[in-house]
Amino acid sequence: MSAGQEQRTIRCLVAKVGLDGHDRGAHVIARAFRDAGFEVIYSGLHRAPEEIVQAAVQEDVDVLGISILSGAHNTLVPKVIEGLKEYGAFEDTLVIIGGIIPDEDRADLMAAGVAEVFGPGTPMQETIDFVRDNVPQR
Amino acid sequence: MSEAETEAPDLVADVLDGDHRALARTISKIEDRAPGYRDIVSALHAHTGDAEVIGVTGSPGAGKSTLVDKLAKTYRDRGLTVGVIAVDPSSPYTGGAVLGDRIRMASNVGDMDVFFRSMSARGQLGGLSTATADAIKALDAFGKDRIVVETVGAGQNEVDVVRTADTVVVLVQPGSGDDVQMLKAGILEIGDVFVVNKADMDGASTTVSDLQEMLHMREGATAAGAGHHGAGAAVESDANADDKSTDEWDPQIVETVATEGEGVRDLIGALDAHYDHLRSTGELDRRARTRTAEEIRQLLRADAADLLEGEIDRRGGMATLVDEVRARETDPYTVADRILTPLADCVRERRERDDPVE
Repeated sequence: MSAGQEQRTIRCLVAKVGLDGHDRGAHVIARAFRDAGFEVIYSGLHRAPEEIVQAAVQEDVDVLGISILSGAHNTLVPKVIEGLKEYGAFEDTLVIIGGIIPDEDRADLMAAGVAEVFGPGTPMQETIDFVRDNVPQR
Repeated sequence: MSEAETEAPDLVADVLDGDHRALARTISKIEDRAPGYRDIVSALHAHTGDAEVIGVTGSPGAGKSTLVDKLAKTYRDRGLTVGVIAVDPSSPYTGGAVLGDRIRMASNVGDMDVFFRSMSARGQLGGLSTATADAIKALDAFGKDRIVVETVGAGQNEVDVVRTADTVVVLVQPGSGDDVQMLKAGILEIGDVFVVNKADMDGASTTVSDLQEMLHMREGATAAGAGHHGAGAAVESDANADDKSTDEWDPQIVETVATEGEGVRDLIGALDAHYDHLRSTGELDRRARTRTAEEIRQLLRADAADLLEGEIDRRGGMATLVDEVRARETDPYTVADRILTPLADCVRERRERDDPVE
């Protein structure tokens, strides 16, 4: 492990946004990402979209995973994406969502810039593989 | 490589220009040892040297992140900009990590002038302190007034990290014998300021007096090493003009309740006092020189190791060499000689060419 060798590690921010106190899922995915060899930054509960943006920009994460179960995704997620664009961070951040998202909202979220939505029961490996396959090249 | 070369000047210009994204990307490149990162750090180096760097260490759960959060907030209230680097351990098996310090940074939400960055140890032997030192440079060049480096004080690696700071703060929580054990293990020597956090807990005053006692022993030890007793130093100093003991910093103990922000002003007072002390005694410069020398040596060791790895590969790789030694065909010393001799020859030839002996 010397100074000359590149050591690229996938960095993820696992974020809970808005008034949503359920973070079991976020904890489980944070653990699974860690065990997959990723570096995981966990936001903590009840974060405002600006906080998520601040964290994603400063930490320079490859992946932003937003866990949302409150039903406010149509309001909160676009705000986060707008914020990322403001700092020029949207193009090389993979935005994924986990939680309870009605099927009819998926298309709009994807159009807004979300790469994928993972509902309840998604095998952990599927999410990890998706991240590995789609992590933005730098 | 060519991409990195064209990208580097832009990135450097953007960092100096105050672009947050560029700063974040620069630190990523430093962490990844991405192609071209050296050019970036080299270019930034000329713009560094203005920030005060504070290292914070202590056992897990002592309240480091919460205290750093309040510290950053208080600096911001005084109109200073702040950079924070929080180092967490990574798994030795998968390399993965959960970096949780950011959760505690609640007082500085939405304030981009507090630049908070989580770093994992990534299992780099000795490389962590290099990466941290480079990240500090990036924050310094960006224009941060105060830079706080936070780490779990568990091992040599982490101790090396806080030593990149001008002032080292060691956090202790009351009522835990383990902390005292940790202090015994050597962290006591590196602290310039000791913080007894959670000072509203039972046993805080005991911890303070324990600490005082241990620090007193430390003073006694250094004074004895210098050939006289601390108490008599002031009297004797006229006789010994070069007596340095009056210049020695007396480590301060501050009590805080980080969750309430209590004692944070006292802490900043102690930090400022230490920094003034460093400046007035010339110790600031001495420490910086020692750090720079260590940095150069570290880089040279790493680069030399890379060069040698290449030679090992050229000779069939480490596994082959090990097989030969295990089969008693040769021995480790001979192998090392065989690999190093061509390099040593090159160096000697070069020396003879550059400085011919008359």
